[in-house]
Amino acid sequence: MCLAIPAKILKIEDNLAQVDMAGVKRQADIRMVSNARVGEYILIHAGFAIEKIGEKEAEETLQLLREII
Amino acid sequence: MKFVDEFRDRAIAERIVKKIKRFDSLKVNLMEVCGTHTMVIFKQGLKGILPKNVNLLSGPGCPVCVTSQEDIDKIIELAKDENVIIATFGDMIRVPGTNSSLEKERGNGADVRIIYSPSEALRIARENPVRRVVFLAIGFETTSPLIAASLLDVQKEKIDNFYIFSNHKLIPPAMEALLESKEVRIDGFICPGHVSVTIGSNAYKFIAQKYNVPCVIGGFEPLDVLQTIYMLLKQIKEKRAEVEIEYFRAVHPQGNRIAQELIDEVFEVSDVMWRGLGTIPKSGLRLKSKFSDFDAEKEFQPKTRKSKENPDCACGEVLRGVKKPTQCKLYRRICTPEEPYGPCMVSSEGTCAAYYKYG
Amino acid sequence: MQPITNMVEKFKDDAKKILLAHGSGGKLTHQLIKSFVKKFRNLPLARLDDSAVLKFKGKLAFTTDSYVVDPIYFPGGDIGKLAVNGTVNDLAMVGARPLYLSAATIIEEGFSLVELERIVDSMNRAARAAGVKIVAGDTKVVGRGSADKIFINTSGIGLIDSGIDISSKNARIGDRIILSGTIGDHGIAILSARERFDFQTKVKSDSQPLNGIVWEILKVSKKVHALRDPTRGGLATSLNEIAEQSGVGIEIEEEKIPVKEEVKGVCEMLGFDPLYIANEGKLVAFVPERDCAKVLNVIRKNRYGKDAQIIGTVVSRHKGRVLVKTSVGGERVLDMLTGEQLPRIC
Repeated sequence: MCLAIPAKILKIEDNLAQVDMAGVKRQADIRMVSNARVGEYILIHAGFAIEKIGEKEAEETLQLLREII
Repeated sequence: MKFVDEFRDRAIAERIVKKIKRFDSLKVNLMEVCGTHTMVIFKQGLKGILPKNVNLLSGPGCPVCVTSQEDIDKIIELAKDENVIIATFGDMIRVPGTNSSLEKERGNGADVRIIYSPSEALRIARENPVRRVVFLAIGFETTSPLIAASLLDVQKEKIDNFYIFSNHKLIPPAMEALLESKEVRIDGFICPGHVSVTIGSNAYKFIAQKYNVPCVIGGFEPLDVLQTIYMLLKQIKEKRAEVEIEYFRAVHPQGNRIAQELIDEVFEVSDVMWRGLGTIPKSGLRLKSKFSDFDAEKEFQPKTRKSKENPDCACGEVLRGVKKPTQCKLYRRICTPEEPYGPCMVSSEGTCAAYYKYG
Repeated sequence: MQPITNMVEKFKDDAKKILLAHGSGGKLTHQLIKSFVKKFRNLPLARLDDSAVLKFKGKLAFTTDSYVVDPIYFPGGDIGKLAVNGTVNDLAMVGARPLYLSAATIIEEGFSLVELERIVDSMNRAARAAGVKIVAGDTKVVGRGSADKIFINTSGIGLIDSGIDISSKNARIGDRIILSGTIGDHGIAILSARERFDFQTKVKSDSQPLNGIVWEILKVSKKVHALRDPTRGGLATSLNEIAEQSGVGIEIEEEKIPVKEEVKGVCEMLGFDPLYIANEGKLVAFVPERDCAKVLNVIRKNRYGKDAQIIGTVVSRHKGRVLVKTSVGGERVLDMLTGEQLPRIC
């Protein structure tokens, strides 16, 4: 029910992060994602980060999908 | 786009579909609960590449669609107050109430503004201290933590002209209500990826255990959806009923604790009315008494005359997976995106809208 | 001392704004017109007769459009540039060589003269770039609040060479469909310029004249069946119009459609579909299979067509409808735009 888009954290100031989404820059409230770091990817929903995207897990998912036969 | 494009690879899609086709002995009904999943399925044309033994049912996961007619009428009443600014996500604007819609009222001079984030609503409140801003808080567990966070900000900043029309609903109770009604046989649930980011996969354990129905939490790219369907078929074939996470790059068993705490601080669970499903116990959120000052309904007490749904509108049955939009008397003949008779045709996640636009 | 200085300042201020008097036909009107004529610099206009007198031989194309874009300045252009290129392109889409434009403005009282000059300069530059002359015009001024800053109407005349018959009803089964570049740029540029949206992007409007490309196309192939520049309603709406008017089916491949990454990003964020977003400098060409390669080549050679792609085919199935083959190999119907695109979150 919800559009949430992956975005990369460029800068963090308290609870606000400057993020980059395919070249589009905007601000996101990151209070719900503790220990989010610059360079990591987060899911943005309505201006808030709702979770970190595990890059390792994303790669694992793709590998799983690719090996399927 | 990273984390998007890789999950749209055609070669991988074909491979997953090939694996799905091996389950040709199973004839199953799989329900995607979430409106965003419905949209992906239609936009990507997934039904056409899946074998016929896999029947996909759309569920009640469109928050605008499951808002009761009475609530819509109350919202429209609120909009008529010339001191009120309605701040809403886009979908609600064109939903037809018994006599009017927000769009019609806007044409009559009502101040209705589309926003993308609760922080915009706060900004409107700050910039218009003499008016009163009512934010339509309509959504599921993905959105409720953000609303809670925003209300805490409102409280901290002592903004005194901000209210919410609290209409949050919870997904697992709705899933249970569908299973209890036994109207449609549901062999597996494609569970909503982003709701699950908040509530965690553990929230669905009771569905798997009590009702013996497999649940797989899926992401929103086409490969995610296909893989989720494969995982459900595998469980059904192996006679398992478990909760699995396909979308494990974002979803964890316990969910997002901070988000859950935010919800708990501001809201409490209540019985609420769903279009098409009736009143479901403990399926919604209302403001805790210490936040009752922000309750638009309490503050404005919008009066509505008898709320009526169009008797021929099959939105309710569509939301329960009992009817497909094509089986509704009004669908396409009278009910179209330009002239909608029910919310399922208006909402960008409505099943009828999906059928009409992409089917 | 003080009051006089204030009065002088007030006069100076007033002198920089459009007054109702500018529209009354008197001295101020003439001053304004003279400044336009100086900028647009051409013989028919310089005569300052009630009408421009022009000579032609052959088939004429004639079009008109009004421009009310908000905001009037946006990344990649302004309302003036839009007005000129829009009309030039409408002429080019029927295979006409755009020659003459008219420009009529309706200006809100209080609009800054400096800004007006800026827009007129922009129209002048656009006209020169497209090789057209603005030979007739009009200016009206309305009271504050009766117009939003400035509205522009442009009409245009072009000549169609003999042997050219390009029309939306001429698409034929087997035609290949070429798109001249990335879609969604203009709409997203406008969106990003509206303060309401809290995002920053470098996407610019693609407002540009397409008559050059069309000229090149016609040089290598007189068999172009249909041309369309997808403006409001986006590519989806234009394709549907042609499918309906030609009584054919259209099939396109999603993967082949060029979209800038940033445009994709904004669309994902707001729940938009690039296929429905306005463009101002792109065309689709319906070309028989055997001419397709050389037409694609010639479009790509033009600076406004570098990203051109073949995106689909005209088919005999599902007449009047457009089908999209999705990235994972599925299929969906592509309808015309219904209502506005409502950005969604939930």
